Amino acid sequence: MELTGAQALVRSLEQQGVDVVFGLPGGAILPAYDPLRSSSLRHVLVRHEQGAGHAAEGYAWATGRTGVCIATSGPGATNLVTALADAYMDSVPVVAITGQVPSALIGSDAFQEADITGITLPVTKHNELVTRAERIPAAIAEAFHIASTGRPGPVLVDVPKDVLQSTMTWGAGTWPPAMELPGYRLSAGPDAAAVREAARMLRQARRPVLYVGGGVIKAGAHAELLALAELAQAPVTTTLMARGAFPDPHPLALGMPGMHGCYTAVAALQEADLLVALGARFDDRVTGRLADFAPRARVVHADIDPAEIGKNREPDVPIVGDVRATLAGLADSLAAVIAEDGPPDTGAWLRCVADWKRRFPLRYTQEPGGPLKPQHVVERLSALTRGEAVVVAGVGQHQMHAAQHYSFTRPRSWVNSGGLGTMGFAVPAAMGAQVGRPGELVVAIDGDGCFQMTAQELATCAIEHLPIKVLIFNNGFLGMVRQWQELFYEERYSEVELGTAIPDYVKLAEAYGCLGLRCERADDVDAVLEKTLANTDVPTVVDFRVHDREGVFPMVPAGRPNDEITLGPEFSPEEQRAATAREMHAADSREVPAR
Amino acid sequence: MSTHTLSVLVENKPGVLAHVAGLFSRRAFNISSLAVGPTEDERVSRMTIVVDGASTPVEQVAKQLDKLVRVLKVVELDDGAAVERELALIKVRIDPALRGELLEVATVFHTKVVDMSPETVILEATSSPGKLDSLLANLEPYGTCELVRTGRIAMSRGNRTITGRGLATVAEPAAEAV
Repeated sequence: MELTGAQALVRSLEQQGVDVVFGLPGGAILPAYDPLRSSSLRHVLVRHEQGAGHAAEGYAWATGRTGVCIATSGPGATNLVTALADAYMDSVPVVAITGQVPSALIGSDAFQEADITGITLPVTKHNELVTRAERIPAAIAEAFHIASTGRPGPVLVDVPKDVLQSTMTWGAGTWPPAMELPGYRLSAGPDAAAVREAARMLRQARRPVLYVGGGVIKAGAHAELLALAELAQAPVTTTLMARGAFPDPHPLALGMPGMHGCYTAVAALQEADLLVALGARFDDRVTGRLADFAPRARVVHADIDPAEIGKNREPDVPIVGDVRATLAGLADSLAAVIAEDGPPDTGAWLRCVADWKRRFPLRYTQEPGGPLKPQHVVERLSALTRGEAVVVAGVGQHQMHAAQHYSFTRPRSWVNSGGLGTMGFAVPAAMGAQVGRPGELVVAIDGDGCFQMTAQELATCAIEHLPIKVLIFNNGFLGMVRQWQELFYEERYSEVELGTAIPDYVKLAEAYGCLGLRCERADDVDAVLEKTLANTDVPTVVDFRVHDREGVFPMVPAGRPNDEITLGPEFSPEEQRAATAREMHAADSREVPAR
Repeated sequence: MSTHTLSVLVENKPGVLAHVAGLFSRRAFNISSLAVGPTEDERVSRMTIVVDGASTPVEQVAKQLDKLVRVLKVVELDDGAAVERELALIKVRIDPALRGELLEVATVFHTKVVDMSPETVILEATSSPGKLDSLLANLEPYGTCELVRTGRIAMSRGNRTITGRGLATVAEPAAEAV
């Protein structure tokens, strides 16, 4: 049958199994919006294309399926760039479809023309300018294949208006189309010998740490991770990208590592004799000064992307492949080694780690009549939702407080902008997460600075009946920048004060058709949260007036060794000294073999 | 300077050079030279990329290149086991009295005279990069006034071919969708 390129595009998306697209139409993409009317696809009309991009990301984070966004040429396409760069850094499967000016006008500086394949080249896994309608089915199939397999990432398909308007023949053999990707090869399974070697090292290690990154969630390997950790009796640290991959309440959980990680996680990595890095990339926010990171550890590095192996830290045992297969293989091999040699001897190490946890926990003080602390709000949210909400964050202090204090119990319950650090991520990403997980509790924790960057998507949420909850931690400042100016610029505050009163977030919420609430006292937090969580009619926005002096701690200053971790003002100088010296004290210290 | 030579087979499609060049700029890798042209298979182009090993992690370059969807194969050529060539055109401004002397230098280095005017000579040289550098040093006293070099191309010596496996992985062009 004869179809227009536009019809073929919509048909291909349907055939691909897409259920929802986030977009905003315009001139060049107009032809595609006509067949969309009679399509099975749900289209969520955003208020800004960046919102479409982040919503597609939020959908992908929360479901594991590829998110789709659509925009027109020129400014519509360039508005997607931040979201694509974000998806690229965090390996989020997203397909972006953009209209392009008609082929004959490409290169002529036509109205709303932008070289979007050129612009997005460094921030996409792949992109393509489709030059004829017959190519559309294969271009779409390839885009989804590339976005969702191997190390996932964003793919952009740019379609000129005349290609959408011209016709092609859709026959019995059109779908599934043959993919022409001779240069796209997926890595074979993990090397069995390397896995056995790693298992032997895990058996012999006295101070092992499983350093778990976002790859474990993407591979759906949380069950295998739990099994391996318990078998190896090895503590587990989950990076910002991996919160939820391992249950925080588990005794082997160390919490988050890195610049604002838990002391115990940071110290355990520094003292470890074996790191097993699983779907993690030795990011600078985790390692601190690379040369001083985990100086005593041998390293097993398992990742699906061979280019990550040795990029920052040269491993002793590299394992390239799907991390779920790697984890399963590790558990099998380790079980075999244990059957022969007995269980691993990590008891002293676990006691040492437990002692650090007890002495140097995340600490803050919520005084009953005192200023409201953001950590308190997160902890109450965690308790009231039993760690089962889908929590979405923007970027900054609120993000770190959320990552630190929410007690995650399952994968795909944490959505945030990790690598790129995109302010304004939370509201549209929560929207996408809610679309992907209807009926579930989706709570965005946002800063007042972040919120104002993409708040317009509240209109989309209200109209589309997406009852997200947005908790604004309103301290009237670009809080993380303020914290750095306090610590590293001798309190010379420069352009960080936003003020708490403008806008009036309650009125703003109401103007957008949402429920607006305000909370200023710790005593009211539970009641406000309960009201928020119970409201499933419309989105809810809560203006939490939190303490503007509250910082995020612990902290490792950027570019400094992790050994220079600062516990923060809640700890005494004696405690800081003890933490720095990191006596592997406790009764067990002698049992921990010196290296 | 320790240089490394990478032979890269890529799909002959629009935008591939931009992808490769963009990768180098984004990852702050330094290219010493890049030459690209067709191969015996019209669907495949071959790039020869020379990188400075001191400033650029060659293994990372190869791995990152290999991740590009349009890149079919990346091979690092062994210095000793590869033929490496560059083509140069060199315009020398020369006093007619010294022309004979210049032509002697040209002969020693197996270069051809491809253009001559009363005041200038254009030499064409094809040789290994080292020999070319040596030629240029010898021409220096006469006053080289314009120079263009192609960038290095290279091929393994002996039986080994890059294309053996590389081209085998190139699928036949899929039948046009009907």
